[in-house]
Amino acid sequence: MAVLPVSRKAPKYVLASVLALIFLLPFYIMVRNALMTRQQVSSPDWSWLPDPLSWVNFGDLFADASVPMAHSLWNSFLVAVVTAPVGTLFGSMAGYALARINVPGRRAVFTYVLVTLMIPQSVTFVPTFVVVGSMGGVDTEWGIIAPNLFSAFTVILFRNFYLRFPVELEEAGRLDGLGYLGVYRRLVLPNSGSMIASLGALMFIESWNAFLWPLVIGQDPSSWTAQIALSTFLTAQSVNLPALFAGALVTIAPLVAMFLVAQRFIVRGIAASGLKE
Amino acid sequence: MTALMEAPPVTVAAKKRRRRRDWRAIGAFAVLTGPVVLGLGLFKYVAIAWSFLLSFNDARGTISLGHWIGFDNYAFLLGDDAFLTSLSTIALFTVFIVPITFVASLGLAVLINSIKRGKAFFRTIFLIPAAVSYVVAALVWKMALFNGLPSGVANFLGGLFGADPVPWLSETSPPVYWVAVVTLRLWLQVGLYMILFLAGLQAISPSLYEAGELDGTTKWQAFRYITLPQLRNTSVAVLLLILIAAFQAFDEFYNLFGTGLSGTATAPVKPPLVYLYDSALGDQNYGVGSAGAFLLTVLIVVITLLQGRFVGFGKKD
Repeated sequence: MAVLPVSRKAPKYVLASVLALIFLLPFYIMVRNALMTRQQVSSPDWSWLPDPLSWVNFGDLFADASVPMAHSLWNSFLVAVVTAPVGTLFGSMAGYALARINVPGRRAVFTYVLVTLMIPQSVTFVPTFVVVGSMGGVDTEWGIIAPNLFSAFTVILFRNFYLRFPVELEEAGRLDGLGYLGVYRRLVLPNSGSMIASLGALMFIESWNAFLWPLVIGQDPSSWTAQIALSTFLTAQSVNLPALFAGALVTIAPLVAMFLVAQRFIVRGIAASGLKE
Repeated sequence: MTALMEAPPVTVAAKKRRRRRDWRAIGAFAVLTGPVVLGLGLFKYVAIAWSFLLSFNDARGTISLGHWIGFDNYAFLLGDDAFLTSLSTIALFTVFIVPITFVASLGLAVLINSIKRGKAFFRTIFLIPAAVSYVVAALVWKMALFNGLPSGVANFLGGLFGADPVPWLSETSPPVYWVAVVTLRLWLQVGLYMILFLAGLQAISPSLYEAGELDGTTKWQAFRYITLPQLRNTSVAVLLLILIAAFQAFDEFYNLFGTGLSGTATAPVKPPLVYLYDSALGDQNYGVGSAGAFLLTVLIVVITLLQGRFVGFGKKD
């Protein structure tokens, strides 16, 4: 009797497993190609495994003088590690004020923030280039970072979060003589950890993977991010294929690691960002 | 103390006036919202206003105003075959990608939701591609999966079933490159939308299905008459997100097909953002680039509103 429910469920597990293999295939190919020799990767014959394992590709990746991969990875790190915490903090600050500090003009400020959501982000790259360019931001790391520190979306999500925040905590702080800013800094911010982790992780992923804006503003190799370096590598005349795949692996490794560690927060962030209304 | 003694004679008007003069609250509000208000002001409002003016200027090689040419940039775009083709390209892409992503992510969510053991395991596997950038995915798709060589993954797998090798990315009749373009985005995005559907599925009360069982509904009927209607809000949100993301496609087209910028081969397909990038950054024609940005923005906003309305009307009972 116990066998019956199991066998009825079996097709589902088979289907899920087949799909899982398909989803993992590109990762497998990435690892496989990153460990093949140049001859093997361009051989007309199919092979499942690299033979021999060619670790030299990772060295070649950083040795290629035309693509400063190490410096580009550093730039990506810098951009993500500044954008995510600062952007999340700004979002939290504004979101809290919009949810809890009742002053005249609050609605106007809320509308002001909301309207910018209507404009699709990627079509603003020309206008933003015009402004950041005129401020001397071309080919600079701050030029890549600055426009992304201000996200209306993050503000709105934080506002929704703070609307449901327990008001007792703030009242207690008030009784202890804290002002608005003191309540925010000492009580509200330390108790927003999960929301900050969720949106911070999403912002980190977004800025690490960003392509269009860093491509537009960072034209000089010194200001390339890892994505731009890889893309340049990809469109170069003679491609060292295994090194290119090694580059892909190195570029996705930090995010895959983060996904596995902080999955709870990332999933919550995605769920929050999808159900904005 | 003084506040207590003053309390009785305070009128409504006086109270209002006093609240209005709560300078500490106003100061805190200003400090907390200041960065975002200034940042959005500069990078959105000023940027867009400037760019709007620029779209009426002959701004070749310059981002400063001064050569007013009226609607010439807009007229140029609407008369340029390459721009109009880019619009039909993105329309076609949207027609493929929206329903496929929607059905696939809903299907995956339903599948995972019905599994008892290993739910988190499968969810993680389907979500992991979301950590990969379009650049890396394009690299894998272009150089390994769909490279057109007999040893390319797609051709190898096809060969197992006796299919001849296909030059995936260079074959234009039939336009098989769409297979690469669509599967790439599907792989990257389907996990994100699956998460949204999973959240929606978990919010459905089990009692609805129990009631259905008492009425003797089949599994398909339960899905059609309970699951789908209960997921209505999620579905609308997901559709909008997929649609907006599709209209802003840039990364994979740029990396799969190259661009005219560095003089590489001309792309067989160029969505509007690649066109905009080429005219603004490649030809340094910021006037045309700005005009294109506004045409595209209007288009996206209109389509978004229309879709929201249609979906809203269709399902409302």
